[in-house]
Amino acid sequence: MTRILVIAKNTFRENVRDKVLYNLILFALIMIFTSLIIGQLSLGNEVKIILDLGLASISIFGMLIAIFLGIGLVYKELDKRTIYVLLAKPVRRHEFILGKYLGLLYTLLVNVAVMTVGLELALLYQGETAWSVFLNLLPAVFMIYLSLALVTALALLFSTFSTPALSALFTFFLWIIGHFGRDLLYFGELSKSVFVNWICAGIYYVIPNLSIFKIMGSRHIIQSLSFYRPMDPSVVAAAFFYCLLYCAVILSLSIAIFLRRDFK
Amino acid sequence: MPVIEIENLTKDFLVGFWKKRPVRALDNVSLQVEQGEIFGFLGPNGAGKSTTLKILMHLLHPTSGATRILGDPVDSVGMRRRIGFLPENPYFYDYLTPEELLTYIGRLFGIRQPVLSQKVRTLLETVGLADARSVQLRKFSKGMVQRIGIAQAIINDPEIVFLDEPMSGLDPLGRMEVRRIITALKAAGVTVFFSSHILPDVEALCDRVAILNKGKLQEVGVLEDILKVRIEGHEVILAGWSDETLKTIRRSCEEVRTMGDRLHVRIGSREQMEPVLKYVFEERLELISMNPIRPSLEEYFFQELKR
Repeated sequence: MTRILVIAKNTFRENVRDKVLYNLILFALIMIFTSLIIGQLSLGNEVKIILDLGLASISIFGMLIAIFLGIGLVYKELDKRTIYVLLAKPVRRHEFILGKYLGLLYTLLVNVAVMTVGLELALLYQGETAWSVFLNLLPAVFMIYLSLALVTALALLFSTFSTPALSALFTFFLWIIGHFGRDLLYFGELSKSVFVNWICAGIYYVIPNLSIFKIMGSRHIIQSLSFYRPMDPSVVAAAFFYCLLYCAVILSLSIAIFLRRDFK
Repeated sequence: MPVIEIENLTKDFLVGFWKKRPVRALDNVSLQVEQGEIFGFLGPNGAGKSTTLKILMHLLHPTSGATRILGDPVDSVGMRRRIGFLPENPYFYDYLTPEELLTYIGRLFGIRQPVLSQKVRTLLETVGLADARSVQLRKFSKGMVQRIGIAQAIINDPEIVFLDEPMSGLDPLGRMEVRRIITALKAAGVTVFFSSHILPDVEALCDRVAILNKGKLQEVGVLEDILKVRIEGHEVILAGWSDETLKTIRRSCEEVRTMGDRLHVRIGSREQMEPVLKYVFEERLELISMNPIRPSLEEYFFQELKR
């Protein structure tokens, strides 16, 4: 366990010293603050616009960070042959994979936190002072974070056997399809062919279902404000366990591939 | 007791896009390395040296054969606490400083503070990088990277150190430095297993060598023994000679050269040696030196490879 944490810490340091990260965070913050201006145009719906754009920014830029850093996690170590040094130490291969993954999760946590603080500041600037808005933002951001953890696991899986460009492409496609998984299931049900039905259902259950992380949007946050209704924790819990299970499967697969690999 | 055991090691790589066909990188290699010796692993590029080292480091899975280090199989994590490894043309994290890199590696071995910082400081001094401790590694020259590579390989006070081409790309000063470190390791009782194609270094350092070519083991043994078989004669250097001497010696030996006041005589066989030495003692000439002429490792290497 200590070794996993040592590797995770170094991965975090590697990411923090990467300039790509700062560019992406900067863009996200610019997007969030742009929502202030767009909000002005929307007569009376400023808070909703800011929340919509803000959460979307966190989600999209978080995804970009997860993919860009995630695909490099293993590939960079292979390409620059730093893996030779590391695996000749008392480090098991699964410890390497898990350490890398945890290091990136920690990087993402810090990034999402920075972007969330940016969003909260934008709300404050808009004159929003209701505590429930600030507090209810947290579960929504947590759900985004869960979806990012899943995307990172996918990026890591691809990077154990594929090139960075292909890994990025695969992960990005899965991220898009993942948001429309439920539509695919409906499409299958509409079809008269049993075969199409099966295929669609099969894909639906295999690909990550990212739509379950979207349940908490600006509408819920604002509703909770006007009706003083707390969020349903069971939704968050279900998403959390789904994420945990899915990531466990993906990481096990990555480790299985990595264990069989020859490092030429 | 052997600390490294390699038995019938074979490794095939599958090449080709559609039809995978095996290419043999190592062919039934067996050897043993004893405790405390400096063992040289020689061979031209592509001979299979790095492949062998990578199998020993559990980076490659062998096709067949067995390998053991310190009596344990190579995938044993416990065993890897007791060894050090420097890969060929090593490359470390650009964004780290030598101090951070060594601390990172030290933590993987479970070395705790404050022992670790002390150790890192001593190591940086040993490899001559104390002044560059806070410079990011991407600003390092090749020689400096090699030295930090050696430092990370010995941070855990290993019992065996594996060095893959430790001298490659280094200037004469850097090579001297690496030689000094290897000699110091041996003095401290560490077994050193290193691959190289820089032969003078191997000649100067190794107790025993193995010669590998095209994946096959050509020879294993004490360097002297491998080369002694091929003694091509003796060179005798004399002083205080006269024209008479020159004439007499030329009668039994063809190769006689004068260099200043010295006379260099090349004696090809035992039959030639007796009359020459007899003459030298009778005439009371000054015998400066007499050395066997054997091929340098370099020449031997080329002869072997040509065969």
